[in-house]
Amino acid sequence: MNTLIRQSGLSRLFDLSRRDVITLLIFAAVVLTMPIWLAPLGAAYPGLMQKFAIYAIFAIGFNILFGLTGYLSFGHAAFLGVGSYTAVWSFKLLTMDILPAILFAIVVSGVFALVIGYFSLRRSGIYFSILTLAFAQMCYSLAYSVLTPITQGETGLLVARGDPRVLDTMLGVQAQTGGVPQPSMLGTTITGYTGFYVCAVVLILAFYVSQKIFASPFGMALRGIKSNQTRMVYTGFNTKPYMLAAFVISGMFAGLAGGLLAATDPIAGAERMRWTESGNVVLMTILGGVGTVIGPVIGAWVIKYFENIFSAINTGTLNEWFAFLPDGLQGVFVTVLSKFVGEGWHLTLGLLFVLIVVFLPGGLLEGSQRLAARFRRKKQPQRRELRQMEAGE
Amino acid sequence: MSKLVMNRRKLIRTLGIGGATALAAPSFFTRGAWAQQFCNSPEVSGKIIFGFNVPQTGSYAEEGMEQLNGYMLAVKHINGEGDGGLLNTLKPVALKGNGVLGRKVEFVTGDTQTNTDAARDGARRMIERDGAVMVTGSVTSGEAIAQQSLAQEMGVIYMSGLTHSNDTTGKDKRRYGFRHFFMAHQSGIAIAPFLAQEYGTDRRAYHLTADYTWGWTQEESIKAATEALGWETVATIRTPLGLGDYSQYLTPVLNSGADVLILNHYGHDMVNSLPQAVQFGLRDRQANGKNFEIVVPMFSELMAVGAGDAVRGIIGTSNWQWSLEDEGTKAFTKSYGEAYGAPPSQSAHTGYVQAILYADAVERAGTFYPPEVIKALEGFEFDGMGNGPTLYRAEDHQCMKEVLVVRGNENPASRFEVLDVIGKTPREEVTYDPAIFGGELGPYEPNQCA
Amino acid sequence: MTALFAQLLNGLDKGAAYALIALGLTLVFGTLGVVNFAHGALFMLGAFCAVTFRYLLTIEVVTTDPTQLSPWGQPLQVRTPIIQDWLGDWGAVIVDYSVPLSVLLAIPVMAAIGIAMERGLIRHFYKRTHAEQILVTFGLAIVIGEVVKTFYGPNPYPQPIPSDLRGTADIGAWFGLAPHILTYPIWRLVYLLFSLGVIGGVFAFLRFTTFGMVVRAGMADREAVGFLGIDIDRRFTIVFGLAAAVAGVAGAMYTPLLPPNYNMGMDFLVISFVVVVVGGMGSLPGAVLAGFLLGILQSFASMTEVKTLIPGIDQVIIYLAAVAVLLLRPRGLLGRRGVMES
Repeated sequence: MNTLIRQSGLSRLFDLSRRDVITLLIFAAVVLTMPIWLAPLGAAYPGLMQKFAIYAIFAIGFNILFGLTGYLSFGHAAFLGVGSYTAVWSFKLLTMDILPAILFAIVVSGVFALVIGYFSLRRSGIYFSILTLAFAQMCYSLAYSVLTPITQGETGLLVARGDPRVLDTMLGVQAQTGGVPQPSMLGTTITGYTGFYVCAVVLILAFYVSQKIFASPFGMALRGIKSNQTRMVYTGFNTKPYMLAAFVISGMFAGLAGGLLAATDPIAGAERMRWTESGNVVLMTILGGVGTVIGPVIGAWVIKYFENIFSAINTGTLNEWFAFLPDGLQGVFVTVLSKFVGEGWHLTLGLLFVLIVVFLPGGLLEGSQRLAARFRRKKQPQRRELRQMEAGE
Repeated sequence: MSKLVMNRRKLIRTLGIGGATALAAPSFFTRGAWAQQFCNSPEVSGKIIFGFNVPQTGSYAEEGMEQLNGYMLAVKHINGEGDGGLLNTLKPVALKGNGVLGRKVEFVTGDTQTNTDAARDGARRMIERDGAVMVTGSVTSGEAIAQQSLAQEMGVIYMSGLTHSNDTTGKDKRRYGFRHFFMAHQSGIAIAPFLAQEYGTDRRAYHLTADYTWGWTQEESIKAATEALGWETVATIRTPLGLGDYSQYLTPVLNSGADVLILNHYGHDMVNSLPQAVQFGLRDRQANGKNFEIVVPMFSELMAVGAGDAVRGIIGTSNWQWSLEDEGTKAFTKSYGEAYGAPPSQSAHTGYVQAILYADAVERAGTFYPPEVIKALEGFEFDGMGNGPTLYRAEDHQCMKEVLVVRGNENPASRFEVLDVIGKTPREEVTYDPAIFGGELGPYEPNQCA
Repeated sequence: MTALFAQLLNGLDKGAAYALIALGLTLVFGTLGVVNFAHGALFMLGAFCAVTFRYLLTIEVVTTDPTQLSPWGQPLQVRTPIIQDWLGDWGAVIVDYSVPLSVLLAIPVMAAIGIAMERGLIRHFYKRTHAEQILVTFGLAIVIGEVVKTFYGPNPYPQPIPSDLRGTADIGAWFGLAPHILTYPIWRLVYLLFSLGVIGGVFAFLRFTTFGMVVRAGMADREAVGFLGIDIDRRFTIVFGLAAAVAGVAGAMYTPLLPPNYNMGMDFLVISFVVVVVGGMGSLPGAVLAGFLLGILQSFASMTEVKTLIPGIDQVIIYLAAVAVLLLRPRGLLGRRGVMES
């Protein structure tokens, strides 16, 4: 049975359903035009757009595990961190070119995922979640303290001018300026918008891979495990390799995201591995919609938007916005709203979580689809049934 | 919500128009002949934007918000609003109270969440989106070092806030990063004579140290300074960061033969560990025929407030304290008290002073061109900012000034009077050779920000 | 030897705190099946009950004296505490004992908050996916934290131990050792006894009352109990209130050891989940056992002798122990088959 699935999987490696192709094209267009449509939202600057792309990759990868298999990992930030550290070490020891750095980031985090996944996947449900959490917290604590020679602990691992960079020295590539060398790709320095477009292209590729996995027999098998693992086992299906493969792929996506973080901004810190970061990607995925291909991307963008844009609004900004109002009214508006922005942006985020989950069950994507459907007076019974099935599990 | 979005759009449009006019206008308010293009040149954008990046959420939000208050007050004074604060006492002063180079300063704010990644994200937003010509603010060394290395890459000057690690102006120093705050090595030198005076030169010390780079540098510095006094170090034990309950590290202290406990803990680590140490009866004990003592080499008044009664009588060092008697301190305490209804903490003072010093350096350089501003700050000798005569040292961008030794007030009348200044260690004594910590500043030439 | 004994005490004390926090969580999580990420926030709210109680007791009449200025340029404020005015010495004693007395405030307030939470929000999520439970309770935890921050600010609030319970007890002397060999803070012993009392109370409540019996039956088979015509939902509401109250008193009594701030709930969230899961889902004794086990292990791992042998062990011991237990025992120490395994 396994071989059958594999063969049919091979033959279908390069085609997507018509619907998926259209989704992919629209997605690519949306990602590449970010500098345009994000401008009115105040988010069209390279630093944030890079983060949008990178955290979307992280969430897509997380969703391959959680969305398809239902296994909730609470330690995915460890792979992100490992990816970042690997990439920066590649910058320090080998070359400032980002291609080997990202490649190493994916491979090393894949190895980490293999080890952690091998042990964690012996348990399911909450026991699995706590195992992944425990492994990740160990990585974080050690990286912050005793592993400081490797990680530079609190300060973060930085690229320095005096690093060996064996490959660069061999090829005679020298840093252009006298300062700290910057990451480059095949000779082009990665800064600002270049960095964003690199990340954007990788994101589109990652999205495509995720679509392929969702549509492949492998994805079907994972979904089968999600709906009833016992039944799968009874039919003589060995679920272990499938689960482990999903875990490792998901970890490699996280490593890729971590490598890109380092490529666009060459620093790697232990805080990237803390449980709050693992929790963040869980929230991103759930917020956008678990198990949908595009949901986690939207979730990632919403959370990053709040973190970076809402937190930067202060009373001065608010006063400017409401300057057209009469003084008293302006004061009221500014006082009330200032509780929800700047230092209060966490409050808005918390309220958003509660409201979305109450009014848009299934996350932003599915919830809004259903709302839209209701407005059009068109019921979508299949989707609802599917949800109830999932909820009943 | 829709209203908010609409107004955001309107704002962006106005910003856009503002930017366009500035592009069309000839370069105004420039004195020097610095035609060079650099990141966020106010000559191009027509606006002077300072970026204030402090933790507004998370455990260190209080220190962060205080710092932000200091920054906002500094902007007022630079722009000639209010009573002028330390512009009246700073000597020499180039600022005229009409903004910087004749133009008013604006500012943007951000939340670092006490997280290095978030701090860098915030700094990038200020530089890339808001056009900040200077970024400032931090409450931990992690934040400060992450931001100053970014500043070097972007070619935008970074003035650090609270950062006490030797690394900030040592191993990880940067040409574009400047620190006014004192550092662990100076704490060690400054506190030593007072420890000798209060507790004698024959003591056995037990260190509990937060297990990360700042903790290690402080432990090293304090250990060196106390051993030079003749103290013996019994043990140096590392404790995990953010641990709530320190009991398992405190019981071994009791019968270790030590008679002084040195807590190299910062922020909430100290707020938790110090009261617990007192509860374990350490201060009621006798060891080696002497009273057992606890020393916290570095603390701030907000930490002291958090630790409550436990801080009474504890000796440590501080960068600045509002109750000092010099002209600068009095002027700042008065302006800050009038603006916010409470005396300023050292966090607010550091923020305020750093913003003023940057603005003043631009005024003296006659340009925002970073290499010239950096040269104006390097080796700048000034007075009247509350810390006595101070030198911004050129070799490592560390301010050389006297260091305060403080003691927890035995009977505070309010939460603002928790610390007493018991002495100052003069600048000459806390000046050290910058070479001992290594590191290199890097080049002056700015990178073009994308 | 005394060092080991002291560490055992530390471990018991730590374990008591862990067990107490985990107890409420396992009631909600292991038995109602709700992944409650707001449990840490409930612990934090309990701690702020103590802060509020003390604040109420120490309300002062503030009169400003415009003729005098404070050193920072504001009119000088003259303060007179009300409660001491009214009650004299008794007032002073009540203020002194504010932390243990605040438990009296924390129990009703936290139970009410718990019931309101369950009625208003959580009850609609029993049938939703765990993912959605995580999102809504995490959102709630953030909102609760931010509301507390709005009122109290972000800096920690130290709470004093009653003066009679300050200082240390010479435990070594009780066992015939020389004085000052083994001393331990009295308050920590009080906390240990208090925790054991609360844990025992909750167990007795569930064991020996009809209510407890129905609840336990409902945990085992919710539908069957429903068929008997018993309104199990209402009882689950009360269980949630109970869990909140337990978390609350745990937080209130912990304040002298850990000055509370609005963010402390998040710090306790992870450890409480680890304790509950290591104990095994659906098992109350498991949670208590795991709490003490992890507390004691953490204390022993922090000893210098152990640390020199394995560097960094004290940083990771809890997680290492969790991994070991979960790999050796599929459902934790005392977990029930089929609870939260899918």
